[in-house]
Amino acid sequence: MKRFLLLTWLLLAAIPARADLNIVIDEGVSGALPIAVVPFKTSGQLPVDVTAVVAADLKRSGLFDPLPQDRMLAKPSRPEDVQLQNWRAADVDNLVVGEITQVEGGSYNIRFHLIDVYRGKQVIGYDVPATQNGLRSGAHRVADFVFQALTGQRGVFNTRIAYITANGQPGQRTFELIVADADGHDPRAVVRSGEPLMSPAWSPDRRKMAYVAFDDGESAIFIHELRSGVARELVRKPGINGAPAWSPDGSKIAAALSFGGDPEIYVMNVDGTGERRITNSSAIDTEPTWSPDGQKIAFTSDRGGQPQIYEVDLASGDTRRLTFEGRSNARAQYSPDGKNLILVNLDEQGYRIGVQELDTRQMRILSRGPLDESPSFAPNGRVIMYARQGGQLATATTDGRVRQTLSQQGTVREPAWSPYLN
Amino acid sequence: MKGITMLKPIGLMALTAVVLAGCASGDETALDQPATTETQPESSFTTGSGSSYGEAEARRLEEQRAAEAEAAAERSANALRNERTVYFEFDSAELTSRAREVIRSHADYLVANPGTRIRLEGHTDERGTREYNIALGERRAKSVERAMMLRGVAQNQINVISYGEESPVNLEHTEEAWAKNRRVVINYR
Repeated sequence: MKRFLLLTWLLLAAIPARADLNIVIDEGVSGALPIAVVPFKTSGQLPVDVTAVVAADLKRSGLFDPLPQDRMLAKPSRPEDVQLQNWRAADVDNLVVGEITQVEGGSYNIRFHLIDVYRGKQVIGYDVPATQNGLRSGAHRVADFVFQALTGQRGVFNTRIAYITANGQPGQRTFELIVADADGHDPRAVVRSGEPLMSPAWSPDRRKMAYVAFDDGESAIFIHELRSGVARELVRKPGINGAPAWSPDGSKIAAALSFGGDPEIYVMNVDGTGERRITNSSAIDTEPTWSPDGQKIAFTSDRGGQPQIYEVDLASGDTRRLTFEGRSNARAQYSPDGKNLILVNLDEQGYRIGVQELDTRQMRILSRGPLDESPSFAPNGRVIMYARQGGQLATATTDGRVRQTLSQQGTVREPAWSPYLN
Repeated sequence: MKGITMLKPIGLMALTAVVLAGCASGDETALDQPATTETQPESSFTTGSGSSYGEAEARRLEEQRAAEAEAAAERSANALRNERTVYFEFDSAELTSRAREVIRSHADYLVANPGTRIRLEGHTDERGTREYNIALGERRAKSVERAMMLRGVAQNQINVISYGEESPVNLEHTEEAWAKNRRVVINYR
């Protein structure tokens, strides 16, 4: 297995990038804020259309409605050149202008200003450096600044997503673990296998990925360093080795292992030592997720008959049931602030993504069903990504107002949203 | 796949035994048409005489019937053993009566052949979360394992794994496809 996977990774270095995920906004906010992102002034042709990336990010958030460039009366690049009445006439509330200059060594500086058209004032203005290959990332940072300045929430445009693809007919399928930008751009295969790959999980520093791989029917959990491509086996025991989840400090992994007879939650150090069993029931216990303070683990268990979410306090071992809505609930994840859980809720409408407030136990359904699964929070807690029947990914804001579909050839599933880069 | 090559010689052996039984009674007619085989000797007997011939004939017929019954049992056991997949209800690991029959025939074979090993692969349909389905697939494979062990199969002959919903035989999203995908496959190694 080790040799097989190593070979796979060596080959992957040469695998060309996949087709981008194609994003369609299904539902936006009717009152999206009108904004204009004026083409940034550049000297010569750049490899990335930074302005287009910024505008697309803002539009994709569902909260902004960027003005088409052909409706702009002027294209200023500096605040002093802005004629406010032009933009007021176009009913634009805010305006982004900027300029990209090449600095020595081939890197760039993106200087931008966000201008409040009605107050006639600059809201923010920054110089954002970008490496030669980092123009897209720089553009996402500009969009993050604008988003935060206007909404008060941190943007997630400069984050990444991981997901699993499966292609081919039964018996000859190819599975890939892909990492891409949050806008679906630049997808790269991290692992490829002829047997199932499952449950990708980002380390909190987003440098490593834990996942489950099968080899001739045996499963194992791997930890893969993304930069070097080096992977090592964390645990491979008889039975299930599944559902890896990183502790918030990145030092431990919780997982479901069934070598003792039935699946139980275990916690171990990232080097595989110090294994400790957390649950003890004859039922199925799986899909662990850590609370952001690292003191609790929520998990799926059918100890009461149907799958429901339970929470165990790691210090005391006290366990309580968290979910009571619908027929069953499974695969929970805590929100970054620890106040909510997202999960897969089953009722007469099928499997849908729900968000449950922990204090009040109030559940809100965010998706349409009938076969939605694998919800993952964006690091700002404002958007979730999940998988839909037929192998598409989708996003929804936790207020339920904006929904998008991300599709690609073949089936795409098990999205995992990366933490912030910091 | 490996399992199929293992079982074929067994099927052939059983068939050979049946043919031999037929030859011993001096009857070369096809085994599944016993009615026709009896008409010829019957007519010649009515014209002749002697009760000893009649007793021999009765004994011969009885032996033939026993052999046929045995062959039929063997055939149905083979047929059951050629079934390598047992199916389950939604979100259930309980064995149906059909599943029990199939499992029994494999178990008897495994008890008679303690050197033979199998792998039980548990699968689910696409409904429900993926890691839960890995656990459900394992639960299904283990309920097959338990039934086999109750019939005397040694634990070291059985290896249990689960693919959950990751390895469907039918990729469609219909009740029919789901029913085909909720299964445990008995794989001879």
